[in-house]
Amino acid sequence: MKAFLILEDGTVFEGISIGAQKDVISEIVFNTSMTGYLEVLTDPSYAGQAVVMTYPLIGNYGICYEDMESARPWPDGYIVRELSRLPSNFRSQATIQDFLFKYDIPGIAGIDTRALTKLLREKGTMNGMITVNEAFDLHTILPRLKEYKTGKVVERVTCRETYVLPGTGRKVALLDLGAKQNIARSLNQRGCQVTVYPAHTTAEQILADNPDGIMLSNGPGDPKECVEIIEELKKLYRSDVPIFAICLGHQLMALANGADTHKMKYGHRGGNHPVKDLETGRVYISSQNHGYVVDTENMDKSVAEVAFVNVNDGTVEGLRYHDKNIFTVQFHPEACPGPQDSAYLFDRFLKMMEVTR
Amino acid sequence: MPKNPSIKKVLVIGSGPIVIGQAAEFDYAGTQACRSLKEEGICVVLVNSNPATIMTDKDIADHVYIEPLTAPVLEKIIEKEKPDSVLPTLGGQAALNLAMELEESGFLKKNGVNLIGTKPETIKKAEDREEFKLTMEKIGEPCAPSQVVTNIEDGIAFTNTIGYPVVLRPAYTLGGSGGGIANNEEELTEILANGLRLSRVGQVLVERCIAGWKEIEYEVMRDAAGNCITVCNMENIDPVGVHTGDSIVVAPSQTLGDKEYQMLRSSALNIINELKITGGCNVQFALHPDSFEYCVIEVNPRVSRSSALASKATGYPIAKVAAKIALGYTLDEIKNAITHKTYASFEPMLDYCVVKIPRLPFDKFISASRKLTTQMKATGEVMSICNNFEGALMKALRSLEQHVDSLIVEDYADLSREKLLKKLHRVDDRRIFVIAEALRRGIPYETIHEYTKIDIWFIDKIAILVEMEQRLKSQPLTKELLKEAKRIEFPDCVIAKLTGRSEMEIKKLREKYGIRAAFKMVDTCAAEFAASTPYYYSVFGSENELIKTRPRKKVLVLGSGPIRIGQGIEFDYCSVHSTWAFSRAGYETIIVNNNPETVSTDFDIADKLYFEPLTPEDVENIVELERPDGAVVQFGGQTAIKLTESLMKMGVPILGTSAENVDAAEDRELFDEILEQCRIPRPAGHTVFTAEEAKAAAAELGYPVLVRPSYVLGGQGMQIAICDQDIDEFIGIINRFTQEHPILVDKYLMGKELEVDAVCDGEDILIPGIMEHIERAGVHSGDSISVYPAQTISKKSRDTIVEYTRRLARSLHVIGMINIQFIVCDDEVYVIEVNPRSSRTVPYISKVTGIPIVSLATQVIVGKKIRELGYTPGLQREADYIAVKMPVFSFEKLRGADISLGPEMKSTGEVLGIAKSFDEALYKAFLGAGVALPKHKQMIMTVKDSEKADALELAKRFQTLGYLIYSTKGTQQYFADHGVEVRRTRKLEEESPNILDLIYGHKIDLVIDIPNQGSVRSHDGFQIRRNAIETGVNVLTSLDTAFALVSSLENADVTTLTMVDIATVKNV
Repeated sequence: MKAFLILEDGTVFEGISIGAQKDVISEIVFNTSMTGYLEVLTDPSYAGQAVVMTYPLIGNYGICYEDMESARPWPDGYIVRELSRLPSNFRSQATIQDFLFKYDIPGIAGIDTRALTKLLREKGTMNGMITVNEAFDLHTILPRLKEYKTGKVVERVTCRETYVLPGTGRKVALLDLGAKQNIARSLNQRGCQVTVYPAHTTAEQILADNPDGIMLSNGPGDPKECVEIIEELKKLYRSDVPIFAICLGHQLMALANGADTHKMKYGHRGGNHPVKDLETGRVYISSQNHGYVVDTENMDKSVAEVAFVNVNDGTVEGLRYHDKNIFTVQFHPEACPGPQDSAYLFDRFLKMMEVTR
Repeated sequence: MPKNPSIKKVLVIGSGPIVIGQAAEFDYAGTQACRSLKEEGICVVLVNSNPATIMTDKDIADHVYIEPLTAPVLEKIIEKEKPDSVLPTLGGQAALNLAMELEESGFLKKNGVNLIGTKPETIKKAEDREEFKLTMEKIGEPCAPSQVVTNIEDGIAFTNTIGYPVVLRPAYTLGGSGGGIANNEEELTEILANGLRLSRVGQVLVERCIAGWKEIEYEVMRDAAGNCITVCNMENIDPVGVHTGDSIVVAPSQTLGDKEYQMLRSSALNIINELKITGGCNVQFALHPDSFEYCVIEVNPRVSRSSALASKATGYPIAKVAAKIALGYTLDEIKNAITHKTYASFEPMLDYCVVKIPRLPFDKFISASRKLTTQMKATGEVMSICNNFEGALMKALRSLEQHVDSLIVEDYADLSREKLLKKLHRVDDRRIFVIAEALRRGIPYETIHEYTKIDIWFIDKIAILVEMEQRLKSQPLTKELLKEAKRIEFPDCVIAKLTGRSEMEIKKLREKYGIRAAFKMVDTCAAEFAASTPYYYSVFGSENELIKTRPRKKVLVLGSGPIRIGQGIEFDYCSVHSTWAFSRAGYETIIVNNNPETVSTDFDIADKLYFEPLTPEDVENIVELERPDGAVVQFGGQTAIKLTESLMKMGVPILGTSAENVDAAEDRELFDEILEQCRIPRPAGHTVFTAEEAKAAAAELGYPVLVRPSYVLGGQGMQIAICDQDIDEFIGIINRFTQEHPILVDKYLMGKELEVDAVCDGEDILIPGIMEHIERAGVHSGDSISVYPAQTISKKSRDTIVEYTRRLARSLHVIGMINIQFIVCDDEVYVIEVNPRSSRTVPYISKVTGIPIVSLATQVIVGKKIRELGYTPGLQREADYIAVKMPVFSFEKLRGADISLGPEMKSTGEVLGIAKSFDEALYKAFLGAGVALPKHKQMIMTVKDSEKADALELAKRFQTLGYLIYSTKGTQQYFADHGVEVRRTRKLEEESPNILDLIYGHKIDLVIDIPNQGSVRSHDGFQIRRNAIETGVNVLTSLDTAFALVSSLENADVTTLTMVDIATVKNV
């Protein structure tokens, strides 16, 4: 069946429908990873967005459920050049087609994803609609696309209740802003007992459980919309409990301390971004997924300093807070998908907790 | 970390002659690295014995030595040039080994020279089998468990600890002879016993068998600060067991999930960190297809063939970055030359799929075993890019220029299912076609997988191509079907054949439906950043992103495709120099080529690069968009020449010699007419189509005759026939492929062969020099030792050659290059071949004379006159140096290939010896070609009857040099009858100890075996030559070569050699 991708600038791509045959409006973003499509699909940070994969051959190794980064896929839509008709991998349990159907996610295949990516790169991230209605009417659709706002998405992706992932080592409180499972797994693997809290848990509740450290996760959407959470983070900042934050958590902690965030033209989404640790001068290739970036210009220099920068565009990739056991990064040391080069940051977090004890 | 200021003068070691396993990729890497160093103000001293390379040009390095790559020679150069550093990681294994030799002898230290790039300790750790194993164990990276055993009991005991199957590799046997895979104790005992006997040192390595696992490679970079990235990973479609150089390879990996991909990536980084590599490195893994278990197969601490492929596949210039790292830069300080926005510490992301297919030489070596093993056999490769795998595979297949445009070959149609399955089991260069045939027969994927161990994802992709064949055969050709066929890159000619239409009809239909090729850019970043480097590949069914340019003048330069015997790196040299010359003349330059190993396909050589097959349809897609003002075909070898007619039909003017005149040189009858007009004699001959006609022609001419197809290169299919039986055999071989053109039968003249490359501007000619071949006519010119300037011809012959060249160039209206081969027989000059194009001798003649021939030819093509360019027409003054070009062969790599020389070319590469005296030049050439004598001063001579008299003098001279000569009965008897006593050895079929045992004794320096021509050549001789080659003994099959060798040994030795910096050679 034919499907169409309509962008807010009026561009229309014709392809074939994959997954659910329903209309969807979303923000269109591209990801340049060549592997890890399932991890991308199940990353809660994609809630409220439709993802284009720039790599043209998707689904080659099928679906290995154990690689899911959360309980379900989150993007509103999925856009690819070509889906493999026969997946091949010893762990494969299903095809990506079945997976999209099962979770009622519409998508489009067979379009020129490179042309689409170039458009998004040049014009910036745009809203778009995936539809199977051949008789679509641009005049009514385009205003709807322009109006569309992602809205508060952290609420949608966070866990409903607190739960514990047992471990014999340090006690870590993980604030789930849309956490990828490998964050908790990385801590578990290092012996930590991880208690996962819903995004709107108060600072008092978390501190009452007496954690050795607090982990702020990744998550979707515009950080400035998370007003209440930012207030709670201010309290956590004052608590002196070691804090390590990733992605949205990093942005929220910065906002809680006087920094600003702004939306990037088309974000960083992929597994090849070089980040430089300013302390050591070392460069690591990182996994990234963010559309907003921290702006430290108005931040009090005595509160925090930039600890990591992106080698390509010089944007802030991490902050170290002065006189506090807090450091935060924009990229994803938990990888999945992408390079595992910065996994050492979890060890650094463990060391912080040790020193504080 | 910025540049290390103490590095000012660097010696870069090249990789030497092109041999199987070490080809043009090192010219590409070396050239890029030298340019990268010069960019930094470093004085570059370059040494490489290979004159056909671009890196040995004086505009690439400051001081250029085309000298033998041996430690004593390098010492001389270092003493003369006094570099502060040596960069050994860009010239393949040859350069690495040499640098280690100089390091270990303490020479570098003594002379205050540092190894830059990767450190000696690193090289040792990576290269030494034991040290490598220990290092891997230390960091917990798994290797296939193995042990060296010296008896059967130990072998069984070790195997019991690791389990069956195991691979057995005897130490010190070439080409893997005596090895094998044992599945049980019985097989183990048998193979091990044999292997222990064959090994010179009585050792066999017993290793866990990982054949059938997925073979995955990572190209990684690391700087001295410890930053690392992976440039690319690649998946071999053929599982472990076939050398990666002989495998069909896809980039990036297709069947690995992120978990596998990252696991191996982390392992690769872990390894290079532990080895402390600074520069580029290749890590090969075997990955179990049904688990996460993996083994590290090998690490190459240098740039390699795979890194050239990775560079072209991603756009990331590995050699350039490696050179900068060697100077001290870190990855985040080096700008990405394609995006200008990102840095070298950015990992390339592909939004397309790349397929590499090796070019194997079995069309040249009909007797060689086609079986693919861990010993590489390919001479070159092609690469193709598309946004789907099927398309990339189809494009790569037709890039090979092996008479195949699709997966359809007729050879298997009549095979029974059983035979087909048996064929599937055998890994050879044609297996992909067998798989396609199996799929056509409906053999299930699982069965094919079971036999081939190829992942079913790839089998399914081949099935998609086979299904398309069926659809095109059986369904109406709708717009949708045609679109889909083009999307997966079915060429029009194949669609035409399958649908029973003409190619023109398909083209018209495509125009009607608006189905045309679009071009996409290789930008290293999957479109994330804007790139400015116009490096393109074609796809169907997408938006065109070609940046249209309308410069004043635009030229299309057609490259020479994959490296094969007869068409080597020389043509890339010519293409690149022509491109540069066009650029200087104000043209926008466009290169089309499909060879990832070459300099021409580097993204900054031409203004635009199209990585595409060199077929009429693919070239036309480019022409339609680019509308070039002309195309130049005379520098890209036969590949480009073949496109002449098609280009004319597309309306592209051929720059330089016109198409009709190109044709006149190749068409026998037209050519005969011209020769007659010019009053130039040629050996008598006829054109024929059948064996019967050929025999009639031979009867008239009288045997021996030369039999060959027209329109070929490298004398392909050319043979000397001495009887009717030979003719039947040779014509049969030629007619394996349908011949569009007649077969030529010529009288064979046994004279002296001479060769000329000339530039002609329509009026005047410029002849840089006359070259003379050491071997008499009958040995292909590419396999002959060629000497400049000619040493033994009379003034009269020389004048005749110049005059004939002038006449021919003028009557063929040559504008640009012409290559003519002559025979001088009884002081009479005959023309035997004319090529209206650049030839393989152009690079070396340019270098020794200092005349930039390709540049001059290009300027002539754009309208300049030779006189305007500051040259006096005619034969140029002889250079101050004598140059000897010596062919180099790769026979030891090709089991079963006959090494005797004849009219069909067999050499893979060449070296140059350059000196003030002929003998020194000759000595250097032999040394460069690996003939380093004496060692044990023992040799074997077996000579056919007709040349025994000549051989007598040779034997005497070797004896005077102190050689002990062994001969079999006939030769020994003849020598004895004529007063030369040599030792008699038993023939092959006689009881041991015989001639073979002599060779296996590893005490023989040289075998001189002069076999009979034609099909009567003895089987014994073949056996002796093969065994000698496989045990590393030099073998000569022409007395002329042997005489040259003996006189070089009489007159020169390594201690007295003078190093020549050819950058100082000037032509006044």
